[in-house]
Amino acid sequence: MTRSGQLAWLFKMAWRDTRRNPSRLFLFLASVTLGIAALVAIYSLGDNLEKQIDEQAAGLLGADQEWTANRPFSVEERQSADSVAEAVSEEWSFGSMVSFPENNGTRLTQIRALDGGFPFYGELETIPENAKIQLESGPAALVDQNLLLQFNVSVGDSVKVGELTFLIAGALRQAPGQTGIVATVAPIVYIPLQYLPETGLDKKGSRINYRYFLQLQQPGRSGEVAEALRKKWPHGDITIRTIEDQKASTGRLFANLTGFLGLAGFVALLLGCIGVASSVHLYIKEKYNSIAILRCMGVTSAQGFLIFLIQIGLIGLVGSVVGAVAGSFFQKFLPVLVADFLPFKLSPSISPFAVLQGITLGVIVSLLFSLSSLIDIRNITPLSVFRIQVQENGQSRDPLKWGIYTSIVFFVVLFSYLQLRNWHSALLFSGGILASFLILAAFAKLVIVLVRRFFPVRWGFVPRQGLSNLFRPNNQTLTMMIALGLGTMLITTLLLSRNILLGQINSQVKNEADRPNMVLFDIQDHQLQELEGFINESDLPLIQSVPIVNMRLASVNGYDYLLAQKDSLDVRSGLFSREYRVTYRDSLSDSEKITSGKWIGTYQRANGLIPVSLEGGYAERNGLKLGDTLTFNVQGVPVETTIASLREVDWRGMQTNFILVFPNGVLEKAPKFHVLTTYLSTLEKSAKFQQELVSRYPNISIVDLNLILQTLDKVASKVGFVIRFMALLSVLSGLIVLVGAVVVSKYQRIRESVLLRTLGAGRSQILWITGLEYFYLGLLSSVTGILLALLASWSLARFSFKSDFEISWIPLLGAFFGIVTLTVVIGLLNSREVVSRSPLDVLRQENG
Amino acid sequence: MPDILRLSEVTKSFRTVKENLVVLEKVNLSIPEGTTLAIVGPSGSGKTTLLGLCAGLDRATSGEVILDGVILNAQSEDQLARIRNRSVGFIFQNFQLLPTLTALENVMVPLELAGTPGAERSAAELLDKVGLSARLHHYPSQLSGGEQQRVSLARAFANKPKILFADEPTGNLDAETSEKVINLLFDLNREAGTTLVLVTHDMELAAKTRRIVRIKGGKITADTEQ
Repeated sequence: MTRSGQLAWLFKMAWRDTRRNPSRLFLFLASVTLGIAALVAIYSLGDNLEKQIDEQAAGLLGADQEWTANRPFSVEERQSADSVAEAVSEEWSFGSMVSFPENNGTRLTQIRALDGGFPFYGELETIPENAKIQLESGPAALVDQNLLLQFNVSVGDSVKVGELTFLIAGALRQAPGQTGIVATVAPIVYIPLQYLPETGLDKKGSRINYRYFLQLQQPGRSGEVAEALRKKWPHGDITIRTIEDQKASTGRLFANLTGFLGLAGFVALLLGCIGVASSVHLYIKEKYNSIAILRCMGVTSAQGFLIFLIQIGLIGLVGSVVGAVAGSFFQKFLPVLVADFLPFKLSPSISPFAVLQGITLGVIVSLLFSLSSLIDIRNITPLSVFRIQVQENGQSRDPLKWGIYTSIVFFVVLFSYLQLRNWHSALLFSGGILASFLILAAFAKLVIVLVRRFFPVRWGFVPRQGLSNLFRPNNQTLTMMIALGLGTMLITTLLLSRNILLGQINSQVKNEADRPNMVLFDIQDHQLQELEGFINESDLPLIQSVPIVNMRLASVNGYDYLLAQKDSLDVRSGLFSREYRVTYRDSLSDSEKITSGKWIGTYQRANGLIPVSLEGGYAERNGLKLGDTLTFNVQGVPVETTIASLREVDWRGMQTNFILVFPNGVLEKAPKFHVLTTYLSTLEKSAKFQQELVSRYPNISIVDLNLILQTLDKVASKVGFVIRFMALLSVLSGLIVLVGAVVVSKYQRIRESVLLRTLGAGRSQILWITGLEYFYLGLLSSVTGILLALLASWSLARFSFKSDFEISWIPLLGAFFGIVTLTVVIGLLNSREVVSRSPLDVLRQENG
Repeated sequence: MPDILRLSEVTKSFRTVKENLVVLEKVNLSIPEGTTLAIVGPSGSGKTTLLGLCAGLDRATSGEVILDGVILNAQSEDQLARIRNRSVGFIFQNFQLLPTLTALENVMVPLELAGTPGAERSAAELLDKVGLSARLHHYPSQLSGGEQQRVSLARAFANKPKILFADEPTGNLDAETSEKVINLLFDLNREAGTTLVLVTHDMELAAKTRRIVRIKGGKITADTEQ
């Protein structure tokens, strides 16, 4: 036979064998299909995002360039802008309270005082359309539409910003680059810049961001212009962002998001792969005799191997194609998952690249995870026709098998890297997955050994029979426990972690009057006394009163940013470009602990440099150490300090915490503002207090812990949607593997069930035996999964959230009963054929 | 007639955990072309092991097996596979048809493997010869035991083998069917001029061959021409 003729024959044999075994291969197909469908949908989403970020980048920024500074632009800088721009639009943005006079509602918002034609590309989407025009004709505002809904206010009503009341000209649906999630945390209110002085908020103590939006005369030269300006202003206190920068950073953000989602799809695919490995293992075992017959007829071991390799490859291909088609269909619905994180509306479309990627991946994993079973075909001798020898002995020592296992681990690490683009994270993820698999596999093996060792011989026939199925030849214990256990672990960990986080926040709002639940900031020096009096009058506790001074870092050990750069010193530019909000006091707060150096609470001029205390983590990240000299520019005055101590700070509480703390005796006379914290016992009191405060002191901003809690809950539910999607994929894969495992094991069990029926066992007894087997499997898988989830959640609580670990029973019981019930129901549904047909009929079909 | 198969001092042993188990010991046997021969003996006497060695399904621990002039021990697994395909036919007690292939396809496999043109037509003719022209597209599970063994006969003769090995060919059949299958086997064998080596317990069946080799405890105890 010619080589091509031989290949054609191998394909023909693969096809002949496949057509008689569709149900046995169903698991294989389904396992691959779901994982690939998920990945193709996610990859399509990624491709669409990339494409649309490319198309809409200009609209995302709204201009050719955006310049940002945290001080007003100088005249020279304005001239620079005018020299390159066709048009310049100016914006001042800051956090401030607004109130709605119609119903006295108050809320912390992000005020954007705007002047000029921004956005030059894209639009401010408003209801009614073109409402922005009204900003030019008087004191009008565009208010985030959700904020309007929340306070039951409509267009035509008014909003008070600082001391000035604006007409609400439109409901803001979408600002350039704005995402739903940002709008939830800080709803936007646009007002005309020209009216900002009348609000009284332009002299706020808190930080204002100043922006220029430029429409360039030569948009094509935006990169060059930006580069030249960056050289001209090397201090980095003006950040210039071009459309290309915006495109790159948005692209990176969504590459991370789709990478994360991709991992969810990959976990589903890996679970499917366990199904593949298990079903192919059983399938090939069933084929031993056929392969031996073929070997008698002159088929070489290589040909025998190739027939089944082709078969598995083709089934993997069909599964992947079906998955790719399904994924291309489901990707239509995927944008909903990420809608809140997107600064634009995503219109889905089929991505040929994603489809191709998915199909290739499907075929690769199908073959890779089947190979360890397929290579056993090499060991089947024709003599097996007479005495079937299942040559299991020594197979684990087969060097080829170890080669395959190594390839699988390598593949998992490589794939994770391709998703995460970071070797450390990829190794961590792969290690975590591998460890979970190994723990589940070890536990399954232990169960098999223990059940066999301590088999309850006194039990009745039915429960004993069901239990013994856990360790008999061709049992599904290992596969099922890994697939279901991993699914249970993921879901339960998610549920438990959510409860730990919510519990942590809730504990902050417990009715404990010594714990603040409201923070007032931006309080000017002259307002402090009056405000403290107002709090006392309102019969509220004044828990903390903290002065804050803004300053910038001028030099570290005598090196300013330029010198440090020149000498190639490892000093981060962020050290110099940020504004430091600093307090001064003579003692540590409850949330602080000195880790090295000495805390000095009061400065004596005779002692030399001013001793300051720095947060340890910040010092480490920026390469600063005890004894370093830091010179600060405190609103024009240079202040030379030395790092006298490093502190560990617990940032979780509601108290004010600082990176840098000065001792008493230095900053008392510097321009500053104050933060006060207090506690209000009910929501009604809180609302009333806020209304009165905003009307008396419009410049003061209020952070209400209850509002933060509500906002966090909203954000969590949006993020939770993505996480639930991941968990759902894992569970679905686990269930498909379960269905497949049941389908495969049905052929293992069918002869025995038929024999039992022939010997007189009733249908109900057979059903009970089957049901009990799946009950035991569901029970063991869910218990193992839950134990692992407890371990994972405890680790998260202890090391990541740094919180107390409390077991919440509802999610645990929910996961336990859910998984056990599903396992039994699916097991019984798939086994009904065993009892509903005559033994002879089943036996005849089984032989075919 | 020249020998189609010759065994010289053939020993087969298996190493178990406890001991070295000798299944065949220094067996010498020559089978001329075109003859019919039965190997008989009690269970566990080494009949099937001997058959496996003769057919190139297994390798002797020591000694030499020469099939159609080829020393089997010296051949690689792939060469043995080619020899089996070209020169050897098999009939098994439990038919050993491929369950996922139809009757026609089962017979076609050896022809296709050898690259014989017109495999489908030849296979259909063979099945017609064994009286199964109406069952070409049935799967083994849809055929009776006798029918399955007839498909197995057609498959065994498909490549016009020089030697045919039959392992208890009637072991799974009732008396009436057995007789029909055996008659068919001998008719086809006569027609093709193939050497036939039968392994059986059934002395009545063994009596139909020209020569009977008795084996016991891994050794040939008698070799009689009839």
